[in-house]
Amino acid sequence: MPTLHTVNKSPYERSSLESCLDHVAEGDSVLMFEDAVVGARRGGKFIATLKAERPSCALYVLGPDLAARGIKPADIAEGISVVDYGGFVDLAVANARVCAWL
Amino acid sequence: MSEQANRKKFLYVNRRAPYGTIYALESLEVVLIGAAFEQDVSLAFIDDGVYQLVAGQDTAGVGMKNFSKTYRALGDYEVRKLYVERESLAERGLTVEDLMPITYEDEDDDYAEKPSIHLTDRSEMARLIAEQDVILSF
Repeated sequence: MPTLHTVNKSPYERSSLESCLDHVAEGDSVLMFEDAVVGARRGGKFIATLKAERPSCALYVLGPDLAARGIKPADIAEGISVVDYGGFVDLAVANARVCAWL
Repeated sequence: MSEQANRKKFLYVNRRAPYGTIYALESLEVVLIGAAFEQDVSLAFIDDGVYQLVAGQDTAGVGMKNFSKTYRALGDYEVRKLYVERESLAERGLTVEDLMPITYEDEDDDYAEKPSIHLTDRSEMARLIAEQDVILSF
């Protein structure tokens, strides 16, 4: 059964996102929320790192946190899905465990 | 339900150095609580978390409680699986020789002293995460 990994710190400030991606298994999901959403913006330096995980992992970003930071859904790199709070809950339910990368 | 059925696999993920924040100390407190409920407890030390186990911590100069000795007592609480990520040590210029010796007495083997620290590759760490019931991150 897969794991939902959550990341809530900006990859520009902390290594949480990179550590998370170093420990994902095939079929896992990664959700970026709070300050981590800045890592999902098109043209950012972490998109390549995220892309490398795309075949094995599903990537998500939390919409309300994007909106709060003025990042539009159209600014998100392709391959990353925007979810709302209900979608966050659905992901938590669909996975066997949640691993938070603080 | 039997006690066995109530026993879950708990993994405590430690990714921060001690003393700069309260995370490491809080993690230890929660680990001891989990152990009191007879759960199957494992600890992972990843990234700066490996510094929690470094030998020779001396907090006299910073005026904080040195809680590093508590890790050596974990064996008495049946917390005997401390997984330290090999790559995290190497990236920081550390080796397993820099860590405190942490052991437990195996009551099933004439109380032989056995190491609690398991040096773990990153890929093995990912597998460890994938086999847990509950993950608590600090």
